Amino acid sequence: MTQRHEARLALLKLVDKPGGKVGVEQLDTIDMPSTFRLSARRPRPSVAREWQQVFYNNTRSHSRPTHPAAPLTPKLIERRIKRMTNSAILTAGLRVRRGGREVVRDVGFEVPRGVITGLLGPSGCGKTTLMRAIVGVQIVEGGTVTVLGQDAGSPQLRRKIGYATQNPAIYADLTITEALRYFAAVLRAPMSDVDRVIAEVGLTDHAGKLVGSLSGGQHNRANLAVALLGKPELLVLDEPTVGLDPVLRDELWALFRRLADAGATLLVSSHVMDEAARCDRILLMREGVLLADETPGELRARTGATDLEQAFLRLVRAVL
Amino acid sequence: MNPTLTLATAQRILTQLRHDRRTVVMLILVPSLLMVLLRFVFNNELMFSRTAPALLGVFPFLIMFLITSITTLRERTTGTLERLMTMPIGRLDLLFGYALAFGSIAIVQVGLAAGISLAWLGLDIVGSVGMLLLIAVLDALLGMALGLFVSAFARTEFQAVQFMPLFVLPQILLCGLFMPRGQMGWLLNWLSNVMPLSYAVEGLTRVTTSSTIDATLLRNLLIVAVCALLALMLGAATLRRRTP
Repeated sequence: MTQRHEARLALLKLVDKPGGKVGVEQLDTIDMPSTFRLSARRPRPSVAREWQQVFYNNTRSHSRPTHPAAPLTPKLIERRIKRMTNSAILTAGLRVRRGGREVVRDVGFEVPRGVITGLLGPSGCGKTTLMRAIVGVQIVEGGTVTVLGQDAGSPQLRRKIGYATQNPAIYADLTITEALRYFAAVLRAPMSDVDRVIAEVGLTDHAGKLVGSLSGGQHNRANLAVALLGKPELLVLDEPTVGLDPVLRDELWALFRRLADAGATLLVSSHVMDEAARCDRILLMREGVLLADETPGELRARTGATDLEQAFLRLVRAVL
Repeated sequence: MNPTLTLATAQRILTQLRHDRRTVVMLILVPSLLMVLLRFVFNNELMFSRTAPALLGVFPFLIMFLITSITTLRERTTGTLERLMTMPIGRLDLLFGYALAFGSIAIVQVGLAAGISLAWLGLDIVGSVGMLLLIAVLDALLGMALGLFVSAFARTEFQAVQFMPLFVLPQILLCGLFMPRGQMGWLLNWLSNVMPLSYAVEGLTRVTTSSTIDATLLRNLLIVAVCALLALMLGAATLRRRTP
């Protein structure tokens, strides 16, 4: 397939930047002559178009640009590369120190979009800290965290991430509906979302109850409902199923699956190993170190164990 | 700054209070009850008229300091503040929401206490009642802003409550209520000069004794308002999006 291009080509160099970041340095730009003919075999049209957007400064190659192209700065290119990478979360060399102890040690992984990733490991292994770093409320010592193509904690991300903490963070002296209305207003989510999320977590019968009077499991689900407001692209859920009976747990996992099928990315932490089998991918942490980043099937195959609990044990013992 | 979010926050805080009827009743009635008590303690309208205006400023200052420091501390410890910090809401939206909610409670609180004092307890003021209310509400906002700021330094509700005697009582002792500020030694006088409550009480006393709105009164008002705003900004600085 041949196309006429009228564009500027940037010559780039990937460079290491301090803090484990990868930067892009622009060496030169070449103005393409209008007669330049480019042959390209396209594996996937969308990918080709995205690369084109990165390297050529006009988005539609077949049409003549109607205005002069904006200067192609290294920063712009870096941003475009970040945006087009297909991962929802990308961390590299992440280190977090809390209370004089390094609780996350040089963690790097990638979470693809539209799947459920389980973050597993024993209590106190750094799961919550890692999640806090992803939602951008944790002061980190080093490394990078890129979420949905932007640095973690960027203001633009605040409407795209739903975060549910392990301890319910929801006003105990409001009813479920009142509390959710407030959070919906803050997120500029439509008020119809309130009833939707209450139904999704199965609390419709309790919507008028004070949050403080709910049982532990209900309280937890009310907390989860806040994270679902506004249909976020990324859900970061810290132990959402803890303390729930098997039926409710099953219902919630079915909900997570529906959300992922609809295109959302979920990062769900748990210390219960049987939940790992419900995830598309697993991140296994122990004492701040990432031990595994693969699918449940790969993990079983690698360790030669039939069930995941055994696989984890083998992995942990192999490390020790 | 987003007025919708400020209003939503104020509404949320007032709804929280509405579910706690006992607190609402106490917030609104306690200053009035204290004024009645004071009137009978003095058993003399003249002496009551001399002290009451200052106390109309002091009571809301104290109560607002206390409830704001506890409410914001609760917001910090229960994690709702952290949750809000992951959402698209500005710190000032949140703080002005607090100011709006507690400010409106302060208006009711002070209005009732002043109304009862003027109608039945024999409080006699020369200046305008509106000015008296304005200064008293500013006082309440000052207390609120200080409470908000101070709550950042408390880890537990025990500590937050102890900040009341630490930050509020010295201001009450030195504001000229017990002893004219001019008669204090240089150190106490200096301390009294840097404490915002002194200017509020001075303003309140002036309203009672003179009907003219002069430069000193306006200056006092301005000082109180600026201090409240400053404390609110300091409070905003203590709300962090990222924490260790």
